[in-house]
Amino acid sequence: MVKKTVLNETHRRLGARMVPFGGWEMPIHYGSQIEEHHAVRRDAGLFDVCHMTVVDVVGPQARPFLRHLLANDVARLRTPGKALYGCMLNAGGGVIDDLITYHLDEHRFRLVVNAATTDKDLEWMALQCRSHEVEVRPRHDLGMLAVQGPRAREKALPLLPESLRERAARMAPFNAAWDANWFVARTGYTGEDGFEIMVPRTEVTALWNALLEQGVRPCGLGARDTLRLEAGMNLYGQDMDEETSPLEAGLGWTLDLSDPERRFVGRDVVERQKEQGGLRRFTGLVLEGKGVLRNHMKLYEAGSPVGEITSGGYSPTLERAIGLARLDARAGEALTVEIRGRRLPVRLVKPPFVRHGKALIEL
Amino acid sequence: MSEIPDDLRYTATHEWARDEGDGIAAVGITDHAQELLGDLVFVELPEPGTDVAAGGECGVVESVKAASDVYSPLDGEVVEVNEALADSPEGINEAPYENWIFKVKMADPAQLEALLDAAAYAEAVEAEEH
Repeated sequence: MVKKTVLNETHRRLGARMVPFGGWEMPIHYGSQIEEHHAVRRDAGLFDVCHMTVVDVVGPQARPFLRHLLANDVARLRTPGKALYGCMLNAGGGVIDDLITYHLDEHRFRLVVNAATTDKDLEWMALQCRSHEVEVRPRHDLGMLAVQGPRAREKALPLLPESLRERAARMAPFNAAWDANWFVARTGYTGEDGFEIMVPRTEVTALWNALLEQGVRPCGLGARDTLRLEAGMNLYGQDMDEETSPLEAGLGWTLDLSDPERRFVGRDVVERQKEQGGLRRFTGLVLEGKGVLRNHMKLYEAGSPVGEITSGGYSPTLERAIGLARLDARAGEALTVEIRGRRLPVRLVKPPFVRHGKALIEL
Repeated sequence: MSEIPDDLRYTATHEWARDEGDGIAAVGITDHAQELLGDLVFVELPEPGTDVAAGGECGVVESVKAASDVYSPLDGEVVEVNEALADSPEGINEAPYENWIFKVKMADPAQLEALLDAAAYAEAVEAEEH
C-alpha cells in the first residue's frame, strides 16, 4: 500500500507529477524541476516533507541513550533548541540511517529520520533502548514542511504564531524554537537558508496554502535532489547504506570519537577501519564537457575500474553534470566516466558545489 | 492530455516525423515524451551522413531525470541535425513539434505514410497509461 501525505490532493490540483518514493506517493515536480531549483537558489521554495518521520525520545535517560545510539555525540547539544546531524550505525559500522537530532530539554530530544527507513529505524531504536529508561515516540500526529531559499524566512515568519515569531526571527542556523503545537527549525536539505516547520497534521494544508500565498513556489523531490547534490549533502540509500562505512561516504566528520568512554554502536568497527586505513575515498566530480552523470556509472583510471558514482545528476546552477563518487584508495586524479560506452574525463572536486546561491567550485 | 498534431506521423516510441518535401522528413520527440522526461538538459545529435534504419538508435535526449534513446522512424540517411539544441535543449520542452532533432533523406518515402497517424498514436499513449 502506497502512503499519501495530507497534501496529496493539493499537489494534484497544483499539477504535480506524482511518483513513488520510499513507500510514499510524492510530487517529483509541478511542471519544471529546473525552475523549482532556481526558485530555491534565488527566492523561496516549498517542499512537502510529511513523508519523513519525527521521533521524540523522552525520559530521564534520553541523553545517555542517544550517546549510545548515535555516532555523533549529543553531549554537544548543551542548549535547548540546538540541532546535530549524524548517523545511526549498526554493530558492523554500517549506516542504518542519517538523521537530525534537536535538543528540546534535558529529558527530551526530537529526531527526524528518512521515510524509507522509518520502520527499521523504529525497530532498531526499540531494540537498543531496552536497557535505558526512555521512551521512543514516533510523532505521526505531526506533518513537516520545508521552506527554503534566501527569502524563505522573511516569507514564513509572518505566518508563525506570535509566541514563536520573535524567537524564530532571531535564532541562528541549526537551531529550533517551538510552542505547544508548532516547531520551527532553521535547518534544511538544500544548501540555502530557511525553515523546516512541524505542525499538527490537521494544520499542514492551511500552512502550505498560506506559504504559497506569500509567493513561495511549490517544489518537488526532483529539485530537492539536485539542490542537495549541489550542496554536497548525502542521500541515504544512494551515497551510504548498511553496507557502507560512514568513513567511506564523506561522513567521517559526523563520528565523534573524542570521549573514549562513549562506546556507541559501531564504534569498534569504525575505529578499527580508521587505524587500518586503505579506505575508499568519497569525492565530488564534475563532468568535463556535455552529458549527464548518473548513479552507478563506473569510473576508470587508465582503463581500470576504480569506483562508481553514488549520486549523479545535472546541476541547474552550474549548468554542468556533477556527482558524488566512491573510489578505491589507490585511485589518482585523472579519471574517466563511462557514459553509454564512451569514456569521458571527469574532474575531482571537493563538495559542496554550491552554497547560498554561489558556485564554490571552478568551472 | 498532451498535444498530438493531426498533420504529423508518429512511432510507438514517441518520435514524430514531418514530410519536408524532396523525400526528406524531420524527426523530433512528442509532447508526451518531453512531458514524461521532464526538463531536458542535453541532446546528443547523430552525425550528418549516417545511414539509419527504421527503429535504429539515432541520438539521445537527457533530462534531469533520465537519458532516453531517440529512434529513427524511417530508413535513410541523416542529412541535417538541429545544432541549436546543443545550446538550448529546453527548446524541446517548450515547443516539441517545432524543435526537430534530425532530418532524414528517406530511402522509401512510402514508410512515412505507414507510421501511426495522430489518432493511432493517441491510442498508443492512452494504452501505455493504463
